[in-house]
Amino acid sequence: MAGSNPNAKPMNLTLKVWRQKNRTTQGQIVDYQVKDISPEMSFLEMLDVLNEDLLRRGDEPVAFDHDCREGICGSCNLFINGRAHGPEAGTTTCQLHMRKFSDGDTITIEPWRASAFPVNKDLSVDRSAFDRIIQAGGYVSVNTGGVPDGNEIPVPKDIADRAFEAATCIGCGACVAACKNASAMLFVSAKVSQLALLPQGKVERKTRVENMVAQMDKEGFGACSNIGSCAAECPVGISLENIAILNREFLSAKATSNNLA
Amino acid sequence: MSWISKTFSSSIGRKIIMSITGLFLCSFLVVHLIGNLQLFKDDGGQAFNVYSHFMGTNPIIRTVEWVLVLGFGFHIYESFVLTRRNKTARGNGYVTDHAEQNSPWQSRNMGLLGTIILIFLLVHLYNFFYRARFGELDPDINNNDDLYTLVATSFKQLWYVILYVAAQVALGYHLVHGFRSAFQTLGLNHRKYTPAIKFVGYAFSVLVAAGFASMPLYFYFFK
Amino acid sequence: MILDSKIPEGPLAEKWEKHKFNVKLVNPANKRKYDIIVVGTGLAGASAAASLAELGYNVKAFTFHDSPRRAHSIAAQGGINAAKNYQNDGDSVFRLFYDTVKGGDYRAREANVYRLAQVSVNIIDQCVAQGVPFAREYGGLLANRSFGGAQVSRTFYARGQTGQQLLLGAYSALSRQVAYGKVKLYTRSEMLDVVVVDGKARGIITRNLIDGKIEQHSAHAVVLATGGYGNVFYLSTNAKYSNATAAWRAHKKGAYFANPCFTQIHPTCIPVSGDYQSKLTLMSESLRNDGRVWVPRDVATAERLRKGEIRVSDIPEEERDYFLERKYPAFGNLVPRDVASRNAKQMCDEGRGVGSSGLAVYLDFADIIKRTGADAVAQKYGNLFDMYAKITGENPYEQPMRIYPAVHYTMGGLWVDYNLQTTIPGLYATGECNFSDHGANRLGASALMQGLADGYFVIPYTIGDYLAQTPPTPVTTQHPAFAEAEAEVRARIQKLLSINGTRTPDDFHKQLGHIMWEYCGMARNAKGLAFAKQEIQKLRKEFWSDLKLVGTSEELNQALEKAGRVADFLELGELMVDDALARNESCGGHFREEYATEEGEAKRDDDNFAYVAAWQYTGDNQPEILNKEDLQFENVKLTQRSYK
Repeated sequence: MAGSNPNAKPMNLTLKVWRQKNRTTQGQIVDYQVKDISPEMSFLEMLDVLNEDLLRRGDEPVAFDHDCREGICGSCNLFINGRAHGPEAGTTTCQLHMRKFSDGDTITIEPWRASAFPVNKDLSVDRSAFDRIIQAGGYVSVNTGGVPDGNEIPVPKDIADRAFEAATCIGCGACVAACKNASAMLFVSAKVSQLALLPQGKVERKTRVENMVAQMDKEGFGACSNIGSCAAECPVGISLENIAILNREFLSAKATSNNLA
Repeated sequence: MSWISKTFSSSIGRKIIMSITGLFLCSFLVVHLIGNLQLFKDDGGQAFNVYSHFMGTNPIIRTVEWVLVLGFGFHIYESFVLTRRNKTARGNGYVTDHAEQNSPWQSRNMGLLGTIILIFLLVHLYNFFYRARFGELDPDINNNDDLYTLVATSFKQLWYVILYVAAQVALGYHLVHGFRSAFQTLGLNHRKYTPAIKFVGYAFSVLVAAGFASMPLYFYFFK
Repeated sequence: MILDSKIPEGPLAEKWEKHKFNVKLVNPANKRKYDIIVVGTGLAGASAAASLAELGYNVKAFTFHDSPRRAHSIAAQGGINAAKNYQNDGDSVFRLFYDTVKGGDYRAREANVYRLAQVSVNIIDQCVAQGVPFAREYGGLLANRSFGGAQVSRTFYARGQTGQQLLLGAYSALSRQVAYGKVKLYTRSEMLDVVVVDGKARGIITRNLIDGKIEQHSAHAVVLATGGYGNVFYLSTNAKYSNATAAWRAHKKGAYFANPCFTQIHPTCIPVSGDYQSKLTLMSESLRNDGRVWVPRDVATAERLRKGEIRVSDIPEEERDYFLERKYPAFGNLVPRDVASRNAKQMCDEGRGVGSSGLAVYLDFADIIKRTGADAVAQKYGNLFDMYAKITGENPYEQPMRIYPAVHYTMGGLWVDYNLQTTIPGLYATGECNFSDHGANRLGASALMQGLADGYFVIPYTIGDYLAQTPPTPVTTQHPAFAEAEAEVRARIQKLLSINGTRTPDDFHKQLGHIMWEYCGMARNAKGLAFAKQEIQKLRKEFWSDLKLVGTSEELNQALEKAGRVADFLELGELMVDDALARNESCGGHFREEYATEEGEAKRDDDNFAYVAAWQYTGDNQPEILNKEDLQFENVKLTQRSYK
C-alpha cells in the first residue's frame, strides 16, 4: 500500500522492547516479532501495528509518549538501537521512518534513562523536572497588559535569529537521554540564552540563571562535561554554544548579582 | 560566605573549578616540558641537573609547587565528585548504548584517561620527584644532584618506557578534550575564536604528548 | 431556549470598550477568594490561566499532556495576524474584521470578530514583551508577511514555528504563576465530566492518567480551552491525542454545540500512504505561491502512473492538466483553501489522482526551479522540502510533491455568548473549543490570534462579570452532584473495560473516520449524510458491544483513554451529520452538492441560513434540538465569493 513507491517491500522485524509495569517495579526487555512492516511507515506507526496486535491478542499494549507526530511537540522519546530518537540525525522519533531499517533487523527500544526522568510505564517517562526548571525562572516577568508597543525596542536581526534558534528547543529530553552524565544543560542553556540575548529578558538575567541552575541541580541532573552527545542527538539542532553562554551567564551572575544566599 | 560555597558546589561551579585547575595544569605541562628539554642537551646531563637543582631549591618555585599540589588536588577531587554525581544522575543504564555514534571516545572517557594519568603520576613522582627531593642521589661534576643519570637509567627499562609512552598517549587524548572543554566551561565561546581554540587545543595536545613521550624513547633507543 | 448572545449595544467600534466599562468588577481583595478551573493549556488555556492568576484569582490548570508545552497549538506553522499596519499598506482593525467575516463566508458574529481584530494588536505587544523571538527586519523592527491570500502584510511570524514560539510564551507566563503558587498545575489529568450544581458549572471530574485516580475539583467557574474535534475524522492534521471529550461532556451537561459541521479541510497535506497511516502532516500553504497543481489529463495515463508503469517525467507537458489555473484564471493556484481542496477531490474522483492510492495531486516546482534555480527555492522552502523528503522518501527538487487535502481545523464548537460563556452559567469556552469567530471558514494565521485574544484579553474581563455576581464563599466538592458525576465517570470506565469484545478502539475510530470523510467531508449531500447517520449509529452500537480492552483503570492505560475519546467521537460525529443535513446551503467549509452555482461553486442562502446552529442535547440516542441564533450584518455587505 506504499504511497510513493508501489514496489516497497514489507519487512519483518524483531523488536526488543523495555517493559515495566510502573514506577516501582523492575523492568525487562521483551522480544516481539512484527510482520509486513511497510518501509513507508513512521517508526511510531510500526509500534501502533505492534500495539494493535497485542491488544487483539489480549496482551497489554506498549505504553509510549507521542502526540503531534510532526516533530514539534516534543512528546515522543524513544531510545532506539542505542541512540536517542534513533539512527537519523536531526529527527524526532515520530519523524523517523521505517525505510531507515531493513528486513530482518533487530531493533532495541528503551525509555530515556535518567534519575530525574523516572519511568511511568514501559517507554513513558516523567519529564516534569523540565517544567520545574522553567518555573524556576524560564520566563520574563510581565503581566498581561501594560506592555510597550512591539516595535518600541528594536532587536537586531542577528540577535533575534540567534534567540529564535535557541528558542526552538522542543523539550523532548533527548539531550539528557544521550548525555553520559544525564545532564540537562543543553535544555537549560537554550532557554537561558534565548532570554539573555533579547532585551526583554536582560532585566532578570542574573536571577534567572542562578535559579534555573539551582533547580536543575536539585532535580538530580548530571554536570556537563562538554562531550557533545546532546547537541549531536538534538532533533532541532540546539547548539553547544548555548551551554557556553549559560556558563558565562552563571559565572557573571554569581560574581556580580546582589544575591548573597 | 555561603554564596561562594554554593557557587562552587553547583554543577557549573564544580566544572569551573575543573576548567581553571585544568588550564593551570596545562601551563605547568608547558613549563615542565620546556625545562625537561634540557635532557636532550648532549652535555652528560649537566644543564639538566642545574635546572633540577634550581627547581628543587628556589623559594618561589617551592611555593608555586604547593599551588600545583592544590591544582592537582582540586582537579582530582572534583573529578571524583562529578563522576559520582553523574553516575547517580544516569541511574539504570541503557541495555544498548551507541554513544560512539554521537561523540568522540576521549570525551566520554576523561575519567578513565585521568585515572591512567594519575597512576602514571604516582609512579613518576615516586621515581623522580621523591628520590630527588628526599632520597640520596650521587652528585654530578658540578656537585648538583645527578638526576640526569637516574632518568637515563630509568628510561633504559622497557616496561618503564612503555608506561611512559602509554601515559603520554592518555595525556594527549585527555588534553584534546580538556583544553577546548575548559574554554567552553568558562563560557569563552565565540564563533570567531572558538575554531582557533580548537586548533590550538589539538596542536597543544599533540606537541605536549609527543614532547614528553620523546624523552623515554630518546633514551631507550639513542642513548 | 432563546439564545442571548449578549452583544453590547452601540456602534461596532465602541462595543468592546463600552462593555469593558459596563461589566462588574471583582474587588482586588476578593479575587483570591475565587477559584477558577482552566482545562487545557494550549494557547487559549495557558494564556487564560496565566492572566487570571496575575489578576489574583486562584487557578487550577489541567492538561492531559505531561507538560503544558505539548499542546497542539505548538504545531501551527504560518503566523499570527494583527492589525498593526506596521507596513503602511492600508491595514486597519476594520480591514482585518472585514476580511475575517468575509473569509468566514458571513457566518460569524460581527461584534466578536471586531473585538478580535481590536485586541489583535495587543497580542503582538504582549508576546514581544514575553521574549517571543518574532522575525525581524535588519533595522530591528518586526517583520510581516502576507498570508492566506490577504491583500495586506499583517502576519507576524517566527520562521515556520510561530505556534511553537507563542505557546512557549504563554507556557512561560503560566510557569511563572505556578512558581508564585497562583496556579496549581495538574498534568496528565484528563477531564471526564463537568459538575453542574444548581444549574451552574462548579467543578470537574478528572482521571489521573498515570495511576488512574478519579478526582473531584471544585471552583467558582470553569473555562474549557480544549481545542477542536478534527480527530472525528481519525486522519487529520491534529495531534493524536487531540479529542472532543471535554467539550462533548460539557455538551451533554447542557452546553449547546454550535455549527458542528463547519470543518476546514486544508488543501496542501502529505497524502495518506497506507492503512497504517496514523495522522496527516500539513505542508505550509505558502507552497502554493510557487508550486503548480496538476494531474494527468487522461484517466488512462493516471492509471498507468498509479501502477508504476510510467513515471511522472514520462508525461509530456500537453498531457498535464493544471486544473486550478484552467478553472480559475484570475487566482490560479492561489484560490482559497476550500476551493483548492474541493477541486483536488474532484480530480481524484474522476480517476485522475496520482500516487499508488490515487488520492493525491501533484504540486510541481519544476518551473520555479528552472526560473530561479534550486538554491533560491531552497532558501524559501528548504525546511518544508526537507520535511517532505523525510516523510515520503522522495526528493521534491527532482519530482513534484504529492499533496491531498486533510482535515485541519474545526470552526464549530461550544456555543458561547459575547462573554465566551456557554449556555451553562459559569462554564466558559475559549480558543478552537468555542465556535465564535471564524464563521464557516477560518483564514490563515487567525487561529493563533483567536486563542490568544480569548485567553489574554477577553476572558479576564468577562469572567469577572460573572464572578462579581457570585458570592465569594468557598466552593467545595461536598455537594452530591460531585459524587454523582464521579459515579457516572467510574461506571462508564467500567463499562468500557467490561465489554471484552474483539475490536480495538483504533479500529472503530478508523471506521468512523472513513464514514465521516466519505459522507461529511469535503463535499456532502443529503443522501450520503442520511446514510452516514445510520452507519454511525450502527457503529456506535457495535462499539458498545464489541470493544476490546485489556488491563485495568488503575494504571497508565492508553487504550482505555482512547476508547473513552472514541466513544465521544461516535456521538459527536452523528451531530455533525445532523448539522450538515439541516444546513441546506453551501458556505465556507460546508459544501452541499445540491447547493452549488452552475460552475459548481458554493452557493449560500443568506435568507434562510444566516444563523448559528446551536444544538441542544436531550438524552442518549435522542434527537438533539436545533436552536438558532440569527446573525445580523450591519457593517459588511453580504456578497458571493468569486475567484474566476
